[in-house]
Amino acid sequence: MLTEFFTPDRAGLARDDASLRRFLHGLPGVDQVGAEARAQGLATRSIKTTAKAWALDMAIRMVDLTTLEGADTPGKVRSLCAKAVRPDDGAPPVAAVCVYPDLVATAVKELRGSTVQVASVATAFPSGRASLATRLHDVRDAVAAGATEIDMVIDRGAFLAGRYLQVFDDIVAVKAECGEAHLKVILETGELATLDNVRRASWLALLAGGDFIKTSTGKVSPAATPPVALVMLEAVRDFAAATAQRRGVKLAGGIRAAKEAVRYLVMVNEVAGEEWLTPAMFRFGASSLLNDLLLQRHKLATGAYDGPDYVTVD
Amino acid sequence: MRSRARSPAALTRSPAHAAQASRKDVRDAVRAARSAFAGWSGATAYNRGQVLYRVAELLEGRRAQFADEVAAAEGLSAARARDAVDAAIDRWVHYAGWTDKFTQVVGTTDPVAGPYFTFSLPEPTGVVGVLAPQDSSLLGLVSVVAPVLATGNTAVVIASQDRPLPAVSLTEVLATSDLPGGVLNLLTGFTGELAPWLAAHRDVNALDLTGAASAARADLRAAAAENVKRVYVPRATDWTAAPGLSRLHAFVETKTVWHPIGI
Amino acid sequence: MSKVFQYAPAPESREIARLKPSYQMFVNGEFRDGSSEPVKTINPADETPLAEVAEAGPKDVDDAIRAARRAYEGHWSKLPAAERGKYLYRIARAIQERARELAVLESLDNGKPIRESRDVDIPLAAAHFFYYAGWADKLDYAGFGPSPRPLGVAGQIIPWNFPLLMAAWKIAPALACGNTVVLKPAETTPLTALVLAEIIAEADLPPGVVNVVTGGPPIGQAIVEHDGVDKIAFTGSTEVGKIIQRTLASRDTKLTLELGGKAANIVFDDAPIDQAVEGIVNGIFFNQGQVCCAGSRLLVQESIAGELVDSLKRRLTTLRVGDPLDKNTDVGAINSAAQLARVRELTESGVEEGAVRWSPPCELPGRGYWFVPTMFTDVSQAHRIAREEIFGPVLSVLTFRTPDEAVLKANNTAYGLSAGVWTEKGSRILAMASRLRAGVVWGNTFNRFDPTAPFGGYKESGFGREGGRHGLEAYLDV
Repeated sequence: MLTEFFTPDRAGLARDDASLRRFLHGLPGVDQVGAEARAQGLATRSIKTTAKAWALDMAIRMVDLTTLEGADTPGKVRSLCAKAVRPDDGAPPVAAVCVYPDLVATAVKELRGSTVQVASVATAFPSGRASLATRLHDVRDAVAAGATEIDMVIDRGAFLAGRYLQVFDDIVAVKAECGEAHLKVILETGELATLDNVRRASWLALLAGGDFIKTSTGKVSPAATPPVALVMLEAVRDFAAATAQRRGVKLAGGIRAAKEAVRYLVMVNEVAGEEWLTPAMFRFGASSLLNDLLLQRHKLATGAYDGPDYVTVD
Repeated sequence: MRSRARSPAALTRSPAHAAQASRKDVRDAVRAARSAFAGWSGATAYNRGQVLYRVAELLEGRRAQFADEVAAAEGLSAARARDAVDAAIDRWVHYAGWTDKFTQVVGTTDPVAGPYFTFSLPEPTGVVGVLAPQDSSLLGLVSVVAPVLATGNTAVVIASQDRPLPAVSLTEVLATSDLPGGVLNLLTGFTGELAPWLAAHRDVNALDLTGAASAARADLRAAAAENVKRVYVPRATDWTAAPGLSRLHAFVETKTVWHPIGI
Repeated sequence: MSKVFQYAPAPESREIARLKPSYQMFVNGEFRDGSSEPVKTINPADETPLAEVAEAGPKDVDDAIRAARRAYEGHWSKLPAAERGKYLYRIARAIQERARELAVLESLDNGKPIRESRDVDIPLAAAHFFYYAGWADKLDYAGFGPSPRPLGVAGQIIPWNFPLLMAAWKIAPALACGNTVVLKPAETTPLTALVLAEIIAEADLPPGVVNVVTGGPPIGQAIVEHDGVDKIAFTGSTEVGKIIQRTLASRDTKLTLELGGKAANIVFDDAPIDQAVEGIVNGIFFNQGQVCCAGSRLLVQESIAGELVDSLKRRLTTLRVGDPLDKNTDVGAINSAAQLARVRELTESGVEEGAVRWSPPCELPGRGYWFVPTMFTDVSQAHRIAREEIFGPVLSVLTFRTPDEAVLKANNTAYGLSAGVWTEKGSRILAMASRLRAGVVWGNTFNRFDPTAPFGGYKESGFGREGGRHGLEAYLDV
């Protein structure tokens, strides 16, 4: 069992870059072609009728409805929150909204009394290029404003340079600032470039205490892709087998179609297992995905295709 | 008689008294050939070429002796016998030169429809049982033996029944060469008696029926089916003609290897 | 199987197969009844009859071979090579156009999942015709000398595991090289070969160039024994391959054989484990394990054996066994009662000999020929399940300690068709590939096929290659 690695005294693994590297590089490699083939194979599952209805509703419940634009305003956030609570007639609320730290207070006020959580990005999102003190202050502000979930970014420069201990320590420090809030660790898999790195970064984030590992900021392409999701789901599965601790996965960036979301749920089902088929363990960070889920939901219910006029812009 | 160990019963100089190998000799020869296979097939092609070139040089050193033996064995004039020996040596050199080139002629990379590097290469099939031609005691012998060795196989050869002497001398040459023991094993005796044991032997991978009597071929081929041997049935036997590639193709397997291309 | 996320059935429509009540054989450009009583072909997934199929008698074999001879000596051998190629292109294109129909029909007749017939069998069949179409006018460059000649009339006998694909593997190179063909599909899976005959007829291939005669082993035997064939190509069991080789011992007929296998899939401790698991599962459960090159022996490095077996068990619980026409089915039906009996017998021997049997929980349909995916651990080399070809969804797991031991165990078989190697170390992939006595070595992958890549066995897995430039040799007089 790896439980001893959670002790803050940094015994064992998290002693220095070299010991972390030995562990992370000792994990099984990922054959890119094989991983892509598996992801593609899973995408051939045909999900229709009752299965599809279930999947669409579950996907809606797993959405972190997101707005992360420089032009965001309280008005925009209020509108987003209204949609989050009641996406459509009969549709369930989403899991959370996701906003910048300075808009957390607005979201908290709007969502009071609902089940929708307030997630905030932090740590100088999206690049993460700021001093540790600044990044921690960012987290502190978001938590103080009432965020119940924090989406942090790792230092990709440090990771690619092999400074694993620094990445580890950053996450530990952010987790400490989070208090009760749960921490999602954004790996920015597009910048990590290889599936081996995605596996290693996933394990690093989980070892450091992240509650969720998340693919992307949504500001860099490629973001969430099936092979990346596959590797991350394998990581949480294997981590759970090794430590008896179940952590979550969030896919963010580039997921626009309901069809893709359903495919990812198939992947969660067959790779990690049904224990992960819950918003507590799996999320989609998205904005336009929600509307496509709603359109597909309409179609299943009524038999007819809808147009964009039939779902609200938020 | 193997190319290294020489049992007294098998060693003789007189054409009238070449030793009669038995099925036990066949068995021992196959065993020796199998033991030698890993080393010979595992040697680099360059190395096999070097060994075979050196053998050609040794053959050349014994040109006169071979010419006498061929003349006696086949009833040829001295001049014709010398020509036959020269052709045999040239033939040996020809095959020595193939060792590190054949792969480039028959090997391929295969442009498969996917992210894989796929290549196909010839590999020696293993132990080849060769029935040497009855009439052409050196040139024909070399023409059937050299391609087998050049492609990395080991051989159990049944010499011409009535004209074995040049074959015996060839193995004496090989015994002083760098050819590893067991790579070429020569048996002298009655082809009709020995061939069925070779044909039925399950540790023999392929069979060259050149020296088999036509009437015997069907039974030999049926016996060969027991372990799905590759059976080479020769066509033309004009040993002076250019040999082409068929004897090289006959004793190789094609192995195709796939590997993903990815980061 | 998940209780939370239940996939609803997603059946492909049976109507797409355009099943007819009866099918005739194809001789000399015409469809006709056989001289024996027609036979019913059944759907192995539920044992219901699909159609009646003409059954040949010796006279039909004779007619077909004569027709092939006439076609060869008449029109076909005089046709410019490029024209031969055009016929093959036309056939390839038509297979693509009727792909969906052929896929559903294949799944009905064979029992394999529609996902496999749709994504593997049919596309590869078309690809084979396309590939060899292009060789027809380039034989001078194939490495066999200038103007290599065809052999003449080729008798071709194919198995039931990839019915249309095996027909393509046989017909395409034979025609490209200028031969004519008499093909006998397996008696439990004649339908797609007969639809291929329709395609061939619609392509206006001259009569007699391709003949499809349907029947059981006696018809295959009649073809082999007929002195009007110049070449026999057989894919099937090693046992029958030997019989054919013996039968042809007294004749000049050229022969190629593609026979059985007992491939080792070798997993080293540094393998990319998740992809290795996929490769192992694909290796033995693809096509219900009814594949000559199936990875039926898992050779796992002892240090990771426990972990790998656990991963495999977890993975096997996500396999969906059921209706071949359901797009979500991973494992379909066993092709026949006879094959099922054989799989059961060998599986029982595994238990009797002391291996430990495991299968995921699985509900099998009531009717039809079904066998639950099965894994045996604690298998040793001496066990029947490690030596004999089961040709079913049964994996035998053995261990090794060193690369030498892996090679020794992998090669310790009379077969030599294929092998798999899983390791992150490049030099080890190449070392293993060079030492494994198998005609196909898959490194960090498994069950890859392509018309450009030669396929065939060492030792008792047969001789001759299909696919690639090498595949031409079987049909040329070289």
